[in-house]
Amino acid sequence: MSATPAPVADTAPTAHPGAAPTPRRVLAQTAFEARAILRNGEQLLVTVVVPVLVLVGLTRGTFVELDTGGASRIDFLAPGVLALAVMTTSFTSQAIASSFDRRNGVLRLLSTTPLGRGGLLAGKVLGVLVVELVQVLVIGVAAVLLGWRPDPAGIPLAVVAVVLGTAAFTSLAMLVAGTLRAEAVLAVANLALLVLAVAGGVVVPASSLPGPLEHVALLLPSGALGEAMRETLLHGVLPPWSVVVLLGWTAALGWGAGRLFRWH
Amino acid sequence: MPDSPALEVRGLVKRYGGTAVVDGLDLVARHGQVTAVLGPNGAGKTTTIECCEGLRTPDEGTVTVLGLDPRTQARDLRPRVGVMLQDGGLPTGIRAAEMLAHVARMYAAPRDLGELTERLGLGSFARTTVRRLSGGQRQRLALAAAVVGRPELVFLDEPSAGMDPQARLAVWELVRELRAEGVAVVLTTHLMDEAEDLADHVVVVDRGRVVAQGSVAELLTGADDRTLHLQAPAGLDLAPLRTALGDGLSVAEAAPGTYVVAGAVEPATVAAVTAWLAQADALASRLTVGRSTLEDVFLDLTGRDLR
Repeated sequence: MSATPAPVADTAPTAHPGAAPTPRRVLAQTAFEARAILRNGEQLLVTVVVPVLVLVGLTRGTFVELDTGGASRIDFLAPGVLALAVMTTSFTSQAIASSFDRRNGVLRLLSTTPLGRGGLLAGKVLGVLVVELVQVLVIGVAAVLLGWRPDPAGIPLAVVAVVLGTAAFTSLAMLVAGTLRAEAVLAVANLALLVLAVAGGVVVPASSLPGPLEHVALLLPSGALGEAMRETLLHGVLPPWSVVVLLGWTAALGWGAGRLFRWH
Repeated sequence: MPDSPALEVRGLVKRYGGTAVVDGLDLVARHGQVTAVLGPNGAGKTTTIECCEGLRTPDEGTVTVLGLDPRTQARDLRPRVGVMLQDGGLPTGIRAAEMLAHVARMYAAPRDLGELTERLGLGSFARTTVRRLSGGQRQRLALAAAVVGRPELVFLDEPSAGMDPQARLAVWELVRELRAEGVAVVLTTHLMDEAEDLADHVVVVDRGRVVAQGSVAELLTGADDRTLHLQAPAGLDLAPLRTALGDGLSVAEAAPGTYVVAGAVEPATVAAVTAWLAQADALASRLTVGRSTLEDVFLDLTGRDLR
């Protein structure tokens, strides 16, 4: 005999009798992931507080010389800080959270529920986008208060850049989280963020980096995202080169994560 | 197909780095029955279960879960199979009640959360973050998560590890109720009393293979019907006792100071043992005679060496 649960009158039949509809499962996981980040003090510090401090420090402080190409300091810096914020959430915070979830068996347990591996990944990506929305609102308001006036025509294009950057950096996060030990991920993710932030053409554009670093930075996902954010929000143009670089990294890292990710 | 088994494993082989952890294992679990997979640590229990859950890919053999393949038909299986992992797999940053509610959202018609919370005594720590729960509390929460979706088959990997006796009773009670509802329950354990009290079918696994299986009664029939356990000073000479008892009874010092006489133990046997002790001027601190337990059978099958 089998013990099929008694059908409930108000549930629409789905392909899998016992499962909640797919959108409901993914939405639940999205809220779960976003809450986990926003509720965690350290994560909030890295994803929201640090970018705002960087923005205020670099705008008000004069200790860093910047060639803004005629733009005001805040107009020049705000797009880069937004790019940095995207990296903290989609890469650092996601890599650390996923690696600990992997070690603790959370990924395996959730993958045995109707959510499955696909739903888990979808929930993670959407959860990251929700947190980024919160970041953009907080940083955006702080920047406007500091005098930021972005090019309105560039805002939809900047959203495209954020999505492309999120795809590339989430893929990198999954590759790191799925192959290294949790403690190693903690070190690597923070270190990589620091190196990319300083020398990867994010806040400070690649063109102002010394020597060959300029060309390296433009090939990095960090440089491509920083460049895309500056060009869209300063001049209303999405640079095709950045799009190509971000899509290329997403394809390569996503392929690597798909092949190398270990669930155990 | 009411008679088809809930779980059928044939010739399962799983290797890690060339070493076969599971080595040609067969396992069948039926609806409305509790099947206990019993074995020492490292016997391959968890690996077997993880192959059944679709979490690992077998190197050889077939696994059929509710008539489906857990690798290729996972989407259809997930709503119908409940899983409790040995290492828990609970997210640590959220409260216990939120965790259970989150898992419940994945199902169209989950069990009533209030009732489940009450049944497993989760109420007292519902608002505590998972990180702060004791081992036994986490186990109960993980069990609740495994059954919240009204599964037809549940895999429980060492369900009562780290639980106090009250919590274990509550868990056993729930397992019995699931069985009565027709659910197939597959649990791994190395606790003899758990297998003895709960299981309809016991599969003893050692070194990746099934070494014995059957109902508890069937497993005990093959065993010597009575066993005498004796606690006395270690290292006594067994030769005079063997001579006194004659054939048909086995004598061994199972551990230093623990002697076991197995076979057709009779009143005269006890007299012979105490006479042997008096001869050796040794005082017994404990002497018991009882039916062989599953533990005796288990140790006979899997040996007494520490792994």
